[in-house]
Amino acid sequence: MMPTARPRASEATPPHALPPRAPSRWIDADITSRQITDDVMRPLVTRPTAGWFACLGAALAALSLGIGMVAYEVTTGIGVWGLNRSVGWAFDITNFVFWVGIGHAGTLISAILLLLRQQWRTSISRAAEAMTIFAVMCAAMFPLIHMGRPWLAFWVMPYPNGRGPLWVNFRSPLLWDVFAINTYLTISLLFWYLGMIPDFGTLRDRTPGGFRRLAYSLLSLGWNGSARTWSRYETATTILAGLATPLVISVHTIVSMDFATSVVPGWHATLFPPYFVAGAVFSGFGMVLTLLIVTRSTMRLERYITVEHFDAMAKILLLTGSIVGFSYATEFFSAWYGGNVYERYTFVNRMTGPYAWCFWTMVGCNVIAPQTLWARRVRRSVPALLVLSVLVNVGMWFERFVIIVTSLHRGYLPSTWVMYKPTIVEVGTLVGSFGLFFTCFLLFIRILPMIAMWEVKAVAGHSAGAAHD
Amino acid sequence: MTDRAFAGGFLVATFADQRRLLNAVRAVRARGLRVHDVHGPYPVHGLDQALGIRRSWLPMATLAGGVLGLLVSLSFQFYVAVFDWPLNVGGKPDNSTLAFLPVAFEITVLGAGLATVAALLLRCGLFPTVREPVLEVSATDDLFALVLRWRHIAFDPQLERVLYEHGAREIVRKGFES
Repeated sequence: MMPTARPRASEATPPHALPPRAPSRWIDADITSRQITDDVMRPLVTRPTAGWFACLGAALAALSLGIGMVAYEVTTGIGVWGLNRSVGWAFDITNFVFWVGIGHAGTLISAILLLLRQQWRTSISRAAEAMTIFAVMCAAMFPLIHMGRPWLAFWVMPYPNGRGPLWVNFRSPLLWDVFAINTYLTISLLFWYLGMIPDFGTLRDRTPGGFRRLAYSLLSLGWNGSARTWSRYETATTILAGLATPLVISVHTIVSMDFATSVVPGWHATLFPPYFVAGAVFSGFGMVLTLLIVTRSTMRLERYITVEHFDAMAKILLLTGSIVGFSYATEFFSAWYGGNVYERYTFVNRMTGPYAWCFWTMVGCNVIAPQTLWARRVRRSVPALLVLSVLVNVGMWFERFVIIVTSLHRGYLPSTWVMYKPTIVEVGTLVGSFGLFFTCFLLFIRILPMIAMWEVKAVAGHSAGAAHD
Repeated sequence: MTDRAFAGGFLVATFADQRRLLNAVRAVRARGLRVHDVHGPYPVHGLDQALGIRRSWLPMATLAGGVLGLLVSLSFQFYVAVFDWPLNVGGKPDNSTLAFLPVAFEITVLGAGLATVAALLLRCGLFPTVREPVLEVSATDDLFALVLRWRHIAFDPQLERVLYEHGAREIVRKGFES
């Protein structure tokens, strides 16, 4: 439908009324759109540096180790892990919850901050969304291999089968997880790809020819930047952001219900859903910071990912870290105030038992270390943030380990009390999941535009108007 | 040049600045002329109103997909747990509706999201193609292209001057040969 040629009265503004606009805090006003395209395209067209090859080599080595360990586990059985009758979940579910949590920052940046109109998200959203997808892939691997017979993994899907049909148990939080993780992965992939379509159009028109142009051409879906397409596109991305926001909260809520709906002491708490969601965002922002601090210097993207961006992320780290610390305190308070001896013992055991060193590592990394972010100097110091972000992830990994192992290894019945020790296979699988994650991320930054060009151009263009007049 | 080919041509004016573009669009429409399209590297706020683009019905597709997902997932879980193979799990009732809500929520979101993206791609005609979709290559990079159909503007001799006055960098005629 063509628009009519008759303008309304409100549209008939005089042609030369150009009010000045304030320059953006996040992007230099003097940066041009062409410059943005050049800078974002540079890693895609230049030869990778030796540093990149070194990182890829290390990541591939870790991935190979992981593949070897998983192959050994699958062909032999999960007896090669340190699990036993009391501790049936340990490294694998710790890793699962850890990786799902990492993903949450990506959705928070791309969806929630989009709805809140936070301009600083534009430079980092693409990389954060990629991180989400790779993290969810790593996470999904662990329940699969924990099944012991991963080739029967499709049994978790409710499909008409020859076993009755015996359907899956829709009352089980573990099944809710299947639906939550799959929906999350699907919507995240859609959101990620949708965001890249305009950038594929740009890359197509800037690539002279050959296979790359053909690939960009196909991926761009014939994007031409028409105003009508942009209008609908913005509607669709806003809707998807609105869908992804409750979705991301539901995912870690459901993950926490794997624990909270049980009667295991230390797990049976209504606090778990918000506590897990805050922890997930906390660890995710830790990982985004680590990744972006390293990539922005190796990819020379300092103009786009600035100290201002790190400062904003550090504030979220401080907020979510404080929520996590408060949740730890609340857990202890409810254990004491609830008066249940098993619950009380579990928490005393966490602090003083054989895994106390894990607990205190967790407290040091998650509660104490992030409090230094109250200082502006720390928030704006890149080396300090790099150290802190790594500490946050160490701490958050230990948090899941503490929750899972300390609750299971000493339950209600003292005759079932045992110790859990990971085997080299479990450690190797964890290393392998990092290998998978970093291999994917390193390939991503060389193959796809790691900064959302059109979004950054929109922020820059908004402030550039004043500079031209 | 036949009349037919002549009528199919375009006048493409390029702008470097989104605010000049907006003013030019308003000026063209104020002269009672149709704007065929505007191509640009990013969405410009206010361009929808300036062009008279109406609100999209995409949210309806989202609603339909979501409602469908909700109904299908809830009724399927109900059918499975109550009629097809009732299982006593921890003494819970066969119809444990509350326990069915998490899966129903996930499928609702999934249905709504897939419907939104499908509706967007269908409505905008976005599908894998190797054709060259842009008239002005820089419109996906750093310039805005105001595209006018020749048959809409042929009788306004002042138009090019007006476009230049509003800051057009360049005005070219495209697609006259075809």
